[in-house]
Amino acid sequence: MGSILNAEGLACRRGMRRLFREVKFEVSPGEVVWIKGSNGRGKSSLLRLLAGIVAPDEGEVRLATGASCAFIGHANALKDDLSALENLRFMAGLRGLSVSQQDVLAALQTLGLAGREGSPVRTFSQGQRRRVALARLALEASPGLWILDEPFDALDTTGTAVLGKMLSGHVAQGGCVVLTSHLELSLVVPDLAPVREWVLGATS
Amino acid sequence: MGSGGDIVKARSSVWRVILGRDLRMAGRRRIDALLPVVFFVVAVTLFPLGVGPEPQMLRQMAPGVVWVCALMASMMSVTAMYSVDHADGTLEQMVISGQSLVAIAAAKALVHWLTTGLPLLVMSPVLGVLFDVRAEALAALCLGLLLGTPILSLLGGVGSALTLGLRSGGVLLILLVLPLTIPALIFGAGAVSAVDAGISPAGHYSLLGALLILSALGAPLATAAALRIALH
Repeated sequence: MGSILNAEGLACRRGMRRLFREVKFEVSPGEVVWIKGSNGRGKSSLLRLLAGIVAPDEGEVRLATGASCAFIGHANALKDDLSALENLRFMAGLRGLSVSQQDVLAALQTLGLAGREGSPVRTFSQGQRRRVALARLALEASPGLWILDEPFDALDTTGTAVLGKMLSGHVAQGGCVVLTSHLELSLVVPDLAPVREWVLGATS
Repeated sequence: MGSGGDIVKARSSVWRVILGRDLRMAGRRRIDALLPVVFFVVAVTLFPLGVGPEPQMLRQMAPGVVWVCALMASMMSVTAMYSVDHADGTLEQMVISGQSLVAIAAAKALVHWLTTGLPLLVMSPVLGVLFDVRAEALAALCLGLLLGTPILSLLGGVGSALTLGLRSGGVLLILLVLPLTIPALIFGAGAVSAVDAGISPAGHYSLLGALLILSALGAPLATAAALRIALH
């Protein structure tokens, strides 16, 4: 089975400082890859390279043809003045996904936001905002690649469990996940599918 | 065979998505959205109070005053065109959405014009009457603004994208964009003076139209490139 994402010889600079170079990275269908590394090693920068937000200084990132890639970063990409429903509909529209009102409502319900769909995101707590951002994943179509930067941030235990279940379900369908987390995954989501740990900065 | 149709569909939908969201947000923040046009009206009405009620002088300086104030008012709202999307992570999502960033930039410029340029255009006849501008000159002023205000929105988009993430971005943006808008100012105000002097303003309109076409073709490309640099 071929890999969904394949990166070779990646290098990234922040100003004059070199974060990493010669990074080789591969993700296959059905895999959860946990990118580890101490603060400031460039985990978020690596994720932004893999997601295609930034072109690498060196090397290249190849996404398998036809594979979709969803990215959720530190910022939730939500608009305070819009409702959770409107925010999700906008994101789906931007990504060219054809989703119905029911799909969006179901996605919000999965994340435990039933009853708050119409409220402006301004009135939401940090954890609830994170849930709205993550609800996007439930709208993504075919099993593709999810790149998540600290997805468990601000989530409570219920939220963490829901996300863990979503990740496991996604992987079971042949999707793959690349994520960072400062929490020990085996403690936070013990029933998550097997996780491959990948340490940034270790000589591979 | 169907891919051509699919591409066209995707293009039209990104326009609809961006326009729908931004206009809805402007509707939710009506006070913010109205600030530029309120500034425009207040700034223009200050001039007769400052220079005195001499009708001949007011009539003569009306086009220049209206144009300069329209420029300033447009610049007021241009700063926020991309900075909010940049700060909250929406811009990242736009870049990887698979949609054309050029189309997104063009849609954002259109939204800016609809929320700033169009209200200015609607208010300008009223302000023209305040300055005792004749009907023909008033028509020339409005036609000039109709051709000129989209140029301001398009160039403002480039400036807004270029100054993303800078600490004094707002001031820098104005310094960057205002010089570029000088041709529009000259030909826009010139059209009114030409009508006043009994000369045909057609040449001024043609030049404004050419400027509009040029900025419509070039500005979204430049904006898209600047947005990519801003994310780096």
